[in-house]
Amino acid sequence: MENIIYLIPILPLLGFAICGIFGSKLPKNIVGVIANLMVWVPFFLSVYLFINFTGPAPIKAEAFTWFAVDNFKVNFSFQIDQLSLVMMMIVTGIGSLIHLYSIGYMHDDKGFYKFFAYLNLFIFSMLLLIMGSNFLILFIGWEGVGFCSYLLIGFWFKNKEYGYAARKAFVMNRIGDLGLLIGIFMLAYYFGSVEFTDIAAKAGMFKSNDTVLIVATLFLFIGAMGKSAQIPLYTWLPDAMAGPTPVSALIHAATMVTAGIYLVIRSNAIYSLAPFTLDFIMYIGLATSILAAFIGLRQNDIKKVLAYSTVSQLGLMFVALGAGAYTTALFHVTTHAFFKALLFLGAGSVIHAMGGEQDMRYMGGLKKKIPVTYWTFLIATLAICGVPPLAGMFSKDEILVAIWQKDKLVWGLTLFSAALTCIYMFRLLFLTFFGDFRGTEEQKKHVHESPSVMTIPLIILAILTVFGGALNLPHYLGENISQKLAHWLQPIYVGIHAHEEPPFSTEMILLAVTLLVIALVAALVYNKYVVKKAQPVIVENMTGWEKASAKAAYVNELYNEVIVNPVLALGRFFKNIVDKYIINGIVEGTARAVQGCGSLLRMVQNGNVEYYVLAMSLGIFILLLVAGYLS
Amino acid sequence: MVNSLLQSIPIDYFIYLSTLLFCIGVTGVLVRRNAIIILGCVELMLNSVNLLLAAFSAYKGDADGQILVFFIMVVAAAEVAVGLAIITMLYRNTRSVDVSLFNRLKG
Repeated sequence: MENIIYLIPILPLLGFAICGIFGSKLPKNIVGVIANLMVWVPFFLSVYLFINFTGPAPIKAEAFTWFAVDNFKVNFSFQIDQLSLVMMMIVTGIGSLIHLYSIGYMHDDKGFYKFFAYLNLFIFSMLLLIMGSNFLILFIGWEGVGFCSYLLIGFWFKNKEYGYAARKAFVMNRIGDLGLLIGIFMLAYYFGSVEFTDIAAKAGMFKSNDTVLIVATLFLFIGAMGKSAQIPLYTWLPDAMAGPTPVSALIHAATMVTAGIYLVIRSNAIYSLAPFTLDFIMYIGLATSILAAFIGLRQNDIKKVLAYSTVSQLGLMFVALGAGAYTTALFHVTTHAFFKALLFLGAGSVIHAMGGEQDMRYMGGLKKKIPVTYWTFLIATLAICGVPPLAGMFSKDEILVAIWQKDKLVWGLTLFSAALTCIYMFRLLFLTFFGDFRGTEEQKKHVHESPSVMTIPLIILAILTVFGGALNLPHYLGENISQKLAHWLQPIYVGIHAHEEPPFSTEMILLAVTLLVIALVAALVYNKYVVKKAQPVIVENMTGWEKASAKAAYVNELYNEVIVNPVLALGRFFKNIVDKYIINGIVEGTARAVQGCGSLLRMVQNGNVEYYVLAMSLGIFILLLVAGYLS
Repeated sequence: MVNSLLQSIPIDYFIYLSTLLFCIGVTGVLVRRNAIIILGCVELMLNSVNLLLAAFSAYKGDADGQILVFFIMVVAAAEVAVGLAIITMLYRNTRSVDVSLFNRLKG
């Protein structure tokens, strides 16, 4: 059992080493197969572990003692429990499909082997993050995925813009990581351990809303803000679209951005004791969700829309966490992983078909030409909007019910955010696949369905999207088939009992309201973009809210004004004033003083005998004068 | 006694005279360009010192000062011999004994 546990993270690391070192000399197909195997095998191993996992208690595999100081000991160890098993299957499962898809998508790229090396390293880091049994192993993985995202976003680094996007992601993640690190230090100080199980066991010694817990959980949440792209650290995620599309799918759907959600669920023992932090998380999540959805309304880049959609959906997950519905959040992580991966890979397929075109204004009418992509994309769109009985509907509905229990106003705003989701997703769907083709003649001839290595992952993901809801069906469908995920996860929660469900009638009314809103929105968007064939307007011609949305609510400009420019100005001040006058003054002043002394001394060596004699005579004269005075 | 005859002249006169001679010598070295003249002026300075030494020797009534005078004369003669030889060589090379032309010897 333990050997299998070690094998799961080691294989992708091995894949990274093989692809990275020998990849340039191996044929592309072999590199692709090796990289794929190194993720597929861990997936099947995870499933094997899942099937054979018996007890409610976690299995710990201690590789070695990392370091020990006095009584404080940190093991390099893995913890396999209900939560990590679910995450492992999502990460390796979706990761495998994305690896498979990448063989087709990256086939003509020069950096083929490098790409797969990075992907493997990414999977390795993510597995460390979710398998580690303490906060420090989690932190290694946390930094690892941040670093790999930098490599992958900036994969086409010869384009300057892409390089900047990678750097932005890296820096923003670092800001969050600092928060996470401080949080971990606080936990280590107050709990005397960084082991998840120890902290959960000792959490009971604190009272609810203890200041220490509030501060520590807030710092941990800052880390989650960075990784999971919440206000104010979300702007890197839309820019991360600079990377190849499979990377966007991997980062967005299954792995890196869900790390924040995972962190909060993993630390549920302390979060549940800090209701203040939970409220804070809920409002941040809500604000992020609405803002990102608003920006998504008028984006024209197909991947940008999906990126803002991810930010918005992550916001929803945090709203669920804030309401204390940890399982619901994880459920949404899971279903979102299915349909968002599908959306991104579908978008990649569209871009592939269009020969690199990403702007929806030049697409349209692709429904007939790339049918597999269209049908799978349609399923994913319906799922993200919450159309029953697709996976997204169940998870989103659960979030709404959980919020209804907590706060009616937040419920209303969350529903509003969900409605915005429908608007931009249907707009995306209609602009891309319906109406007339708006691209060039050349593109029209080029359009073709992707190879099967790309469409098979789409189909698998579509199947998962359709049936994913079965993981956690609502409780009213019957005791035997519903709430599977909640029952499964129950052992990892500390001091939380299954919360009270609202009456059946209330749930039905909430569901009806949600569906009504979705139907209404879908009809309106259909009317605008399909019946009336509205074309997207050029950004410069927009006015009011549309322009604000298209310009990403001017948040990047705001950050530039408030943070970037002052820092640059400070840098310029130090460069032009402090360095030029003070530092250079000291350094060059010393040099000039030595030079001055030298040029003075040089005068006594000018070779003129008269001067020598004069100097000598004057010297003697002065000596005599001094001697006269002294005597 | 020769000594008493000399001692009847106040020593101040000797000091003033030799100081005057020394200053004329220094001035000559400082202002003249001709190497021969400069050597002569150096000679003048040396002799002013010799005069002073001889005077002190006479006043004290011992021979120490006079012995020093002989040393100075020997050293000065040797010096001048070398100096004149150098000046001769310089003259052969430059057709001049102007010391301001000799600044090529600077370090």
